[in-house]
Parts: sequence; C-alpha cells; structure tokens
Amino acid sequence: MRNRVGLHLACLAVTAFVGVPIYLVALAAFTSRTALNEFPVPLGPTDVSTETMRGFLATTGVTGGFLNSLMVGLATVVLTLVLGAPAGYAVARYAFRGHDSYQLLLLLTRALPIVVLSVPLARVFLRIGLYDTTYAVTLLHTALALPTAVLISSAVFVGVPREQEEAATVFGATPAKAFLRIVVPQALPGIAAVAVFTFVLSWNEVLGATILTLNQRTLPAQVLTTLSDSPLAYRFAGGLALVLPALVFIAVMRRYLLNIWGTLR
Amino acid sequence: MRTLPRAPGENRRALGDPSATPARRGAGRPAWLWLIAPSALFMTALFAWPLLVGIGQAFTGPDGFSAANLRRMVDDPYFWPAVRNTALLIVVVVPLQFALALAMALLLRERPRFAGFYFYVWVIPLAISDLAAGLVWLSIFTDRGYLNSALAHLGIDGYAWLSYQHPWSMFAAVVVAELWRATSLVFVIVVAGMQGIPRDYDEAASVFGAGYWQRLRYVLLPQLRPSLQVALILRTILALETFAVAQALTGRSMPLLVGETYQWYTVLQNPGVASAIALVILALSLLAAIGYLRLLRDRTAPR
Repeated sequence: MRNRVGLHLACLAVTAFVGVPIYLVALAAFTSRTALNEFPVPLGPTDVSTETMRGFLATTGVTGGFLNSLMVGLATVVLTLVLGAPAGYAVARYAFRGHDSYQLLLLLTRALPIVVLSVPLARVFLRIGLYDTTYAVTLLHTALALPTAVLISSAVFVGVPREQEEAATVFGATPAKAFLRIVVPQALPGIAAVAVFTFVLSWNEVLGATILTLNQRTLPAQVLTTLSDSPLAYRFAGGLALVLPALVFIAVMRRYLLNIWGTLR
Repeated sequence: MRTLPRAPGENRRALGDPSATPARRGAGRPAWLWLIAPSALFMTALFAWPLLVGIGQAFTGPDGFSAANLRRMVDDPYFWPAVRNTALLIVVVVPLQFALALAMALLLRERPRFAGFYFYVWVIPLAISDLAAGLVWLSIFTDRGYLNSALAHLGIDGYAWLSYQHPWSMFAAVVVAELWRATSLVFVIVVAGMQGIPRDYDEAASVFGAGYWQRLRYVLLPQLRPSLQVALILRTILALETFAVAQALTGRSMPLLVGETYQWYTVLQNPGVASAIALVILALSLLAAIGYLRLLRDRTAPR
C-alpha cells in the first residue's frame, strides 16, 4: 500500500516537472507587460491579458516567420516522403547488392551534426542562388529528416504482409495495382507518422535555418536572431508560440512514438 | 496502445540481413534501383558535397592552403571555455538523463492508474525545440522570474541565477533545462526497449527470491542494453549540438561549441573559422560514436 502511494507521488512529481514550466511560460505570455515588470510576478492567472501575445504577433517578422516555417515544414514533408518512402519500401522488400552500404550511408548521415552541413551549404547555396530562400531551408531539413524517414517507413512496409501483395498479383492485379490496393491502405497510418515526425523536426530546427537565411527566416530563426535585443515579454510569448504546436504534435503522434523510437536500432 | 502491425524482430531481420528476405531477384529490371537512387543521390549531394566544401573553407586562407582559421579558432578567448562547457554539459547531463529516464520507465512499468496520461505528458518535450526550452526556463530563472518570485513569497531573497558572475547557477540552469527537454528521448527509447522484454524472466527471478534491485540489475538492465546503447550514442551526439538553450538562457555568457559556430558565422561573419569549429564538433561526434560502439560492443551477438 505504501508502495502504491510512493508510485503515485513519484509519477505526479515527474508530471509536475514537465508540466509546471509549460504552465509558467503560458502564464507569462498571457500576463500584461506591467504585471511582468512587477516583483514578485503573480504565480497564478490573476492578471490575464492578451497584450503580450498580441504584441509578439504584431512584431515585424513574426507573421512572415510563421508562414515560412509552415511552408518549409510542409515542403520538407512532401520532399521527404517522395524520396524516402520508395527507398523504405525497397529496403523492406528487396534484397539487393549495396543493401548494406545503403544502410551505412543512412547511419553516417544521421550522425552528422547540423552545423557541419549548414555553414558550407550556405556558401554552396549562395553560389547557385538558393541562399536566403525557403527552398534552401527545405533542402537542408529534408536531408536531416531523410535517413530517419527511410528507416521508419521501411519498418512500416515490413509490417504489411508480403503474402497479401503476392496473392493480389496471383489473382491478376498488376504489381502497381497490388501496391495501391493492398500496401498503401495498410501503410498509410505509419506513413502519416513519418510525415508528422518530419514536420516536427523541420518546425524545431533553429541553427541551419538561421545560417541559411537572412530575410526569409523561419519562426525559430526569427526568434533566435532577435533574441538579444527584444524585451522579456517578447521572449516568453515566442517561447509559448514555439511550444504550443508541440502539444498538438504529441497528441497526434502518441501512439506511434514507441514504434518510431523502437525501430531506430 | 495501438501499434503498427509488426512482428518483433522482423524488422531487424529485413534490415540487417539481405539473405533473410526472399528476394524478387530476376524480376526483370532492378526495381529497387529506381526506388533507392533518388534518396541516395540526394543524401550524397547534401552531405558529401558540403562536407568537402566545409573542409576546404576551414583550411583555406586568402592565398591558398593555410591553417590561419584553425589558429584563430584556438586563439579565440571563447574557444576553450566553449570546449570545456560542452564537455562538462555532456558529462553532467547525460548520466542524469539516463537515471531519470530509467526511473520514469520503471514507474510506468508498475502500471499506475492514468499511465496513458502520464506517458502523454512525459513525452511532450520530445517535440519541443531547444530554443523553446531555453525560453520556457528563462521565464523561471530570470531575475524577476517565477523562481525568484516564488522565493519572495516564502520570504527568501532572490538570486541572480543567470548572471555571468554566478557561473555555477548558470550552468545548473542550463542542465535543468536540458534535463527537462531531452530526457523524454531517452525515456521513449527505454520504454520501447522494455516492451520487447518478456516479463517471464522477471517473474522467474522473483519466484526464485530475487529482490527488486537484483532483478533490475541482473535481469532487466542486461536485456535493455541494445536500447540503452542507441540512446547513449544519440543523446551524446545531440548533446554536443546543444546551443539554443544556453543562448536563450545566458546569451554568450556560457559559450558552447555550436554557439561559437553561430557567433563566428552570423555575428563575426567569418565562415572559415565557423567551419573549423564545425569540423571539431564533427570529429568529437565521430569519436563519441566510435568510442561508445567499442565500449559497449555486445560480445555475444555482433551486429
């Protein structure tokens, strides 16, 4: 009995450690500037106001950054799926020469830090005229997401029984039709998980987006580069704006998380 | 919890060992080539090319080959503190994260009520960027922030947690923010690993009188080894890239290696030195990955 109580207390403690900071930054973002300048700051929602949040959203570059983030995220998802899903299918279904070297390529690229790519890529993009565009950031984010996307989608396709696909061809379906009718419907939820994973990765990436752009900042890049000369209220509001999508992502992704991280061995 | 339909072990067999997958060899033109080629080309272009350009950038001066960038990097007063802080952060944060993540996974393994809710909350930081995490904790640790306010309510004087005059509390703030943000990654990997472990062994050990800690030490942990290994490599490499947390909390008061790359590139506009630091980070990442693989190599089942 004492053990169960301890268990619940421990669970609540961890939950508080994760949850309270999110509550506090939300509180800060919805407290008026005058109340934020008082000391001590109110610890409860006694002085709720949308002034701070509205101020943040009205700051130059924030709306543009938001739209850029959205565009880069969606484009990264599309490009990653177009390049990664077929590769995942091949890894799952075919034994081919170079299978192992391909796996090694995936592993190596996953271990490469973002900084190592970003600085030289800026120079390459400058030369070919892609610097400071959302395309540049999209390409970088796709490169970052692709190895993991291939690994997860191959796990997804492995989960679709080959026998069903073969049975369909035996009964006269073309391979393409068998793929569309049998494999796609079963793989779709897993592929959707890959898409959300990719979007989160792109939404959160700061450093590369900052280095590859000047005016076409994504939201995190915009917040980072204006950090040192912006008031605290702006930073808290920016923090909340960056955290909020995470809550939605996790709610959508919850059931796939274990699969994603379970397949990464 | 619904899961993707996947038999345990099937994935690895298909991934690791081509001979285990009955091939569609001889089905005419190699379809796999068309499926693989775009991604392989893309990755080579976006990884190999910049890597070569980067090495070129780091070792080129105004007139051909030079080590001037390296010398400037090493002579910079921020460089060695950045190396020290990065190393210290990894040494402190990673073990704490593993202890915390393991404890969290073990708590859920006891199947408390509301386990689903706990899992949801505990993995939220997975989707939170390091910049956002820094800003979240800034609201707590800043001078007129929530920590000092709470202390004031208790009648305790505030403390300048993030002042450069207090390097230790500054460091501790970054550690706490990193723990908060990145423990969930280890947690998820450990939970996924635990799901693959049959409870039989655990129950057998308990029948033979093993206590909780003994079962943990001799039954559960050895079986978790592959998961822990992956998590350790991933976390160490990611910890090397920590930057925006410290940037948001302390500015440049607590320099980190990636933060210095950012400084040299965006503020000082010197891509050569920025590339040189980036190569140091790459070397450290590779060193860490190889070191761990050797250290943790499973003697029974080489992969």
